[in-house]
Amino acid sequence: MSELGRPRIFLVDDHAMFRSGVRAELGDAVDVIGEADDVASAIALVNERVPDVVLLDVHLPGGGGQAVLHGVMPHHPEVQFLALSVSDAPEDVIAVIRAGARGYVTKTISGEDLLRAVYRVGAGDAVFSPRLAGFVLDAFAGVAGGPEPPAGLDPELDQLSPREREVLRLIARGYTYKEVARDLTISPKTVESHVSAVLRKLQLSTRHELAKWANDRRLV
Amino acid sequence: MLAGVCGGISQATGIDVTLVRIGFVLLSLGSGVGVLVYALAWLLLPLQGETTTIFSRAVTDRRGIRLVIAIIPALVVVQIVAAALHIGYLGSFSWPVFLAAGGAILIRRNASEAERVWINDDLMPMLHTGADRHTRRTLIVRVALGIVLGVGGLLVLMLGHPSSAALRPVGGALLVIAAIVVVFGPWWLSLVRDLISERQARAMAEERSQMAAHVHDSVLQTLALIQRSADDPQHVVRLARAQERELRSWLFEGRPPGTVGEEARTLAEGIGLIQRHIEADHGITVHVVVVGDCELTDGLRALLDASREAIVNAAKWSGAGQVSVYAEVERDAVMLYVRDRGQGFDPEAVPEDRQGIAQSIRARMTRFGGSVVIRSSVGEGAEVELSMPRRELVT
Repeated sequence: MSELGRPRIFLVDDHAMFRSGVRAELGDAVDVIGEADDVASAIALVNERVPDVVLLDVHLPGGGGQAVLHGVMPHHPEVQFLALSVSDAPEDVIAVIRAGARGYVTKTISGEDLLRAVYRVGAGDAVFSPRLAGFVLDAFAGVAGGPEPPAGLDPELDQLSPREREVLRLIARGYTYKEVARDLTISPKTVESHVSAVLRKLQLSTRHELAKWANDRRLV
Repeated sequence: MLAGVCGGISQATGIDVTLVRIGFVLLSLGSGVGVLVYALAWLLLPLQGETTTIFSRAVTDRRGIRLVIAIIPALVVVQIVAAALHIGYLGSFSWPVFLAAGGAILIRRNASEAERVWINDDLMPMLHTGADRHTRRTLIVRVALGIVLGVGGLLVLMLGHPSSAALRPVGGALLVIAAIVVVFGPWWLSLVRDLISERQARAMAEERSQMAAHVHDSVLQTLALIQRSADDPQHVVRLARAQERELRSWLFEGRPPGTVGEEARTLAEGIGLIQRHIEADHGITVHVVVVGDCELTDGLRALLDASREAIVNAAKWSGAGQVSVYAEVERDAVMLYVRDRGQGFDPEAVPEDRQGIAQSIRARMTRFGGSVVIRSSVGEGAEVELSMPRRELVT
């Protein structure tokens, strides 16, 4: 973060109207240091300017949001990504998360919520919208009673713990982190760590079922 | 000169490149070992600036390996035919041909960019047709090959060996057919290819005109409506949301706009329908998240009816602008939550009319073995939890 405490933001979206809308909504609370409207220019500019948080459109011409992640993460792992889209297609969203984004929100999010999400991602936390929580539960569904994962894989990575499942369910039901914490009588920090753990599993899991789930939805 | 192996060796050892080349040529002329060593070096040594070799890439090239495996049946057929016809030389000949073909496939797929250009431009034209400068040469090669095969077949046909007199004609015929395929095959292939691409073009044009019609019917109409009601922001939001959902269901679920009114068959479809109707009738936003999906049973239809009541309730009474709906299909039951952040109420002291609605939700659910939990307190919003067993599917 910059010394002023205002996160330095970079916008990647192919619609100029959406970019200017986000600029206006975030206002002075953040420092927008650049914009890009396709994969190639996004990779070049983000690597050059190294913002705190990149707001990344999932559906981007030239390879999609995940291509930007692949082009930046190896050089600047400190840059955090928050994925945005209007799309409901779960496989696209999961692909971007697996490529390294720290969260996903829909474009219909209010300016206030978006700002909160930006701060949270900037601090290295994970941001799960109800929709993403639903997708993740869907992707990990049916594991509990499933066969043992093949030897050599970390079985911990391949399924959600009951607690993580509970947290995700509450988020999917529309609870804020604070409400989740109260409902489960744990601290909001613990909710954060559960969500971050889920994110890590999602990114590291090579689980057969996750691959199959993606495959069933025509994601390679 | 050819694949740069000599240059690479001289660079690595410091020996003059010409000396290395002369060494290779001498080895090759002497016993042929040089050619073998050169080919192996090409496969196993990485190109300058690369870390992988053709060989290491080929080993991990699953598609290529699958392609090679796909040739095996052809090899088996040739072996069987050769054995049946007692043509020993054909059987022993087919092994090297198979190995060479497999190797060629893997090398071509895994060669580096520059080498691939060289293979494509100089080697491939000998194998297939193409309207380029190589056409004449390949035609000659092909016709020559055809003639050889054909003559061979005719010879086999005429010089029938007495021991297998009945089988010889078959072998001959096969060779003649092979000759025909070699000469005319590429031409047939190009005909079929033209036909396929023409059909694809037509299908694409049709799809484009269909899409134009859909976009006109839905998106453009909605945009016109939005322009007309620009002074009613609530209405504009509602129109935009309805249109967004419709487009999405078309793009991602393949359901064309306009057919959303048809009876739902699965839980997710049913919830989608309820969402659309309530958003249109009550002007609130309904956020829906569904995990899993299943066919609707009587019990699950009751669950949907109850959830509709709960959402309408929230829309009418809570004062909140949006309602969250979360449904999860579990192994034995379907859970559905309707949550709002409105004014909330004390479930112990509900007014008479609302008690009635809660009852109608509860009665619907309990009839099919489901249950209802209502959580709310003043100022905290409300959540209705519905649970319905999937008994019909379990038994």
